[in-house]
Amino acid sequence: MIVADKKPVEEIIGYVRDCKKVLVLSCNECVTVCEAGGKKEAGMLASALRMYFANQGIADAQVDERTLERQCDQEYLEEIRDIADQYDAIVSVACGVGVQFTAEKYHSIPVFPGVNTCFMGVTEHRGLWTERCQGCGQCILAYTGGICPVARCAKRLFNGPCGGSSNGKCEINKDLDCAWQLIIDRLIAIDRLDLYEKLFDIKDWSTDRAGGPRKVEREDVQI
Amino acid sequence: MRLTYPTSFRIVRVPCSGTVDVKHILRALEKGADGVCVIGCMEGECQYKTGNLRARKRVEQVQRLLNAIGVDGERAQMYNLSSSDGPLFAKYAEDMDERIRKLGPNPMKHKTKPAA
Repeated sequence: MIVADKKPVEEIIGYVRDCKKVLVLSCNECVTVCEAGGKKEAGMLASALRMYFANQGIADAQVDERTLERQCDQEYLEEIRDIADQYDAIVSVACGVGVQFTAEKYHSIPVFPGVNTCFMGVTEHRGLWTERCQGCGQCILAYTGGICPVARCAKRLFNGPCGGSSNGKCEINKDLDCAWQLIIDRLIAIDRLDLYEKLFDIKDWSTDRAGGPRKVEREDVQI
Repeated sequence: MRLTYPTSFRIVRVPCSGTVDVKHILRALEKGADGVCVIGCMEGECQYKTGNLRARKRVEQVQRLLNAIGVDGERAQMYNLSSSDGPLFAKYAEDMDERIRKLGPNPMKHKTKPAA
């Protein structure tokens, strides 16, 4: 899932302080799971904004909340088509994708981000999310025991580990596992250490961000 | 044990302080409550192990949020108490009452829609 973190409420207040009617728009997917921008968090933010406006003596300010199943799909974003025009601003607590798609679909309404979108990752335990994928566009997990050196090695090494690996930890942080130590341990566990002998060719980074904004186009599923 | 405690107190019973969410505390304050105190069991004695510890963290979160929006964070407080300790409950109630009286009425009172 896409992992996001809450933005300080002061920052969000800075975006909407001159608005009279604000819609806090949450998303029922990734940001709900990482407890940054789901229905509950939108409720908390809307409540805080209402109290802020009331405390500032702006009696006619209105802050509403609405949750969409997803903000990265057109059909769900259409659900607010009838009501969007009445707002001076939308604070989207979805990931950056949702914020941008909302802004794209509601061209004349300011849309502000309510969270900081961080990475694609997993829930290790409640309250701890860690990165697993950088979407490089050319997956090599088949050769690395299911552990990604692009996302998990600080140097993105393809033939690691480097000299900074010490007791299974990375030199940049003693709490950070060395990705290549994890890869070797895993290859031993699945009895495929022969894969470690494979030298990787130079990676074609054109499928990563180096090639500019990317797209996936599949004619077989297009209508 | 006929103890007295401030009449300003309204008690909302919950099965565990861990069930009290940030949103519940915010809603009470938004709707005009002058203060909200969550009273949980003594730390280390939660029947659900960590309910009271989580409640404290949530109250602290509310305090930070209130301070950020310009409302005194002291309006939300967390206390720990054994369920059989009536005198301490009365003391905490007085403490909370005194604390809130010093702060004055909730600035949100009459400015937001009252609770339904």
